[in-house]
Amino acid sequence: MGKMIKLGKKRSVNLTKTRVVDFSTYLGVVLAFLIVDAMLRGGMLSRSFSGQLIPICCYIVMAVSLNLTVGILGELSLGHAGFMSVGAFSGIVAAMSLQGSIPSEPARLAIALVVGAACAAVAGVIVGVPVLRLRGDYLAIVTLAFGEIIKELINCLIIGHDENGLHVIFNFNSSKTVSDLGLTENGIEIIKGAQGATGTQMISTFTAGFILVMITLVVVLNLVRSRSGRAIMAIRDNRIAAESVGINATKYKMMAFVTSAALAGAAGALYGLNFSNLTSAKFNFNTSILVLVFVVLGGLGNIWGSIIAATVLTILPEALRGFDDYRMLIYAIVLILVMLATNNSRLKALLARPFASLRARAAARPGKEAQ
Amino acid sequence: MPRVRSRNESPLVNMPSDAYIPQRDLDKLPILETRHLGIDFGGLTAVDDFNLVIGRTEIAGLIGPNGAGKTTVFNLLTKVYQPTRGSIMIDGQDTNGMSTVQVSNLGVARTFQNIRLFSNLTVEDNVKLGMHSQIKYGMFSGIARLPGYWKQERIAHERALELLSIFDMQDMADKKAGSLPYGAQRRLEIVRALGTNPGLLLLDEPAAGMNPSETVELMENIIRIRDTFQIAIMLIEHDMNLVMGICEGICVLNFGKVIAKGTPEDIQSNPVVIEAYLGRRKE
Repeated sequence: MGKMIKLGKKRSVNLTKTRVVDFSTYLGVVLAFLIVDAMLRGGMLSRSFSGQLIPICCYIVMAVSLNLTVGILGELSLGHAGFMSVGAFSGIVAAMSLQGSIPSEPARLAIALVVGAACAAVAGVIVGVPVLRLRGDYLAIVTLAFGEIIKELINCLIIGHDENGLHVIFNFNSSKTVSDLGLTENGIEIIKGAQGATGTQMISTFTAGFILVMITLVVVLNLVRSRSGRAIMAIRDNRIAAESVGINATKYKMMAFVTSAALAGAAGALYGLNFSNLTSAKFNFNTSILVLVFVVLGGLGNIWGSIIAATVLTILPEALRGFDDYRMLIYAIVLILVMLATNNSRLKALLARPFASLRARAAARPGKEAQ
Repeated sequence: MPRVRSRNESPLVNMPSDAYIPQRDLDKLPILETRHLGIDFGGLTAVDDFNLVIGRTEIAGLIGPNGAGKTTVFNLLTKVYQPTRGSIMIDGQDTNGMSTVQVSNLGVARTFQNIRLFSNLTVEDNVKLGMHSQIKYGMFSGIARLPGYWKQERIAHERALELLSIFDMQDMADKKAGSLPYGAQRRLEIVRALGTNPGLLLLDEPAAGMNPSETVELMENIIRIRDTFQIAIMLIEHDMNLVMGICEGICVLNFGKVIAKGTPEDIQSNPVVIEAYLGRRKE
């Protein structure tokens, strides 16, 4: 390479804008946690709301991680709950099996989250390897099928643990029962086929949920601002151009998709260890669509939006429980209103008034000239 | 520019007899050599028997009427399409079976006829994406923000601004690529391609949509890029002032076949080329 052209005016990078956005996201989540935690300790929260705290954390992680696939990678995934399911049941098995050997609950929870994430990541690789090489919307179809397959597979699963280790039966023709596991007297039945996981020790905590949300945010936001994240967004914007500058599209699609699956797995493990009973039917197509609704309403690629949408839309059905028959109606109306509002430029301008200076700067940019 | 058409004068053994490359590049391996390159789409032969040699610092032109197969040639060279017949040698290396990514790593960069920027990303990120293969840190360093991340990103940032300064665009670094005016988008595509550190730069209609004064500026910039980076540039262009003004060798395509090769002077007076563009005079 010859001598470079002399740099004209050296200017400092304006990374500040993205840094401020990231920092305010972290700060907002930390503040929200501190406030809610203080209220929780002060006994100011109703039972039904405090019971929602861990699911909210799980759904935030689900929404943010799905946003990585849908908003940042630009591939539609309709089976995100499938990865949550894999994480939930593998996490439960890990936590219950280690009951004897690791007495510390937080340590067991941490191991369960890691195991859940790892198993979901493996599932992500299995789904991703054949599909992500293709161009087109194949991922949506395959993940849709994956979610259903996982649900049925876990329905067939009978798992127990005793001092001899794990006992696993695939109950394909529904002829086997828990007694076929051959557990010793000290053994525990962890997953009982269609009954799901019962008698699970509820070791999930709100603090663990908060930590998982923070880890998810750090992973996703830092990934997006790095070389790999740029490549992922480049593939979304223009795959042919991305390949022409030497970006291996399949590799980076896998990276985003598997990261997303792993985070969903960790969320699933946290979710699974929050309930004493859990069946695989919980993680059905409706759950996948629910998480997709969080992402779409919050805005594709908008992490903040995902957090808020996941929180509000998880609380809302519970908060409306008093309205009984009308609550799903109100829920639907709220969804429609939010969709209308986010597409309404006048309302957007109203909401954006606090950020008037930012908007003004954006407006000062030159528009795209006619081609 | 003195030209040679006899293989005996060339130190390269297998230089085809009809190769036109500048005198100064004769003692070096050509950056690109295609032999009998062709592609069929079903029953349609889009490009056939395409032979071309480009010297290491040559500015070459590829012209022809609409639908002649010029962009198809670019797509073959960058392996967007896999050729049906023939071979492409880049820097002396056979690219048979390679992917777009591998060819890019060999040093072929391109721009697109219909602009293909990463329009939701900033101008600076677009250039950094061009430099993707030269920025060396992994996914984990990026997530954990290890020292490698900070160091590499700082180097990438400075280099990106340096490249943008070729077109005096460093002040636009923070703008979204999609929000730039048309001309600036075209220039950004060139900068992004230069970011890959190419040996051969393929420009697909770089002057499309530009007014005459912008075109003159573009011509100066293309020559400046060649001189600064010492690379070969091949361009598709309909603006004959640009092609005749800066290209050292020109190849004319019609219906997927090469109908003429030579210096701008040769091409301008070639009756076959005139016929291809204007049609045959009625007797």
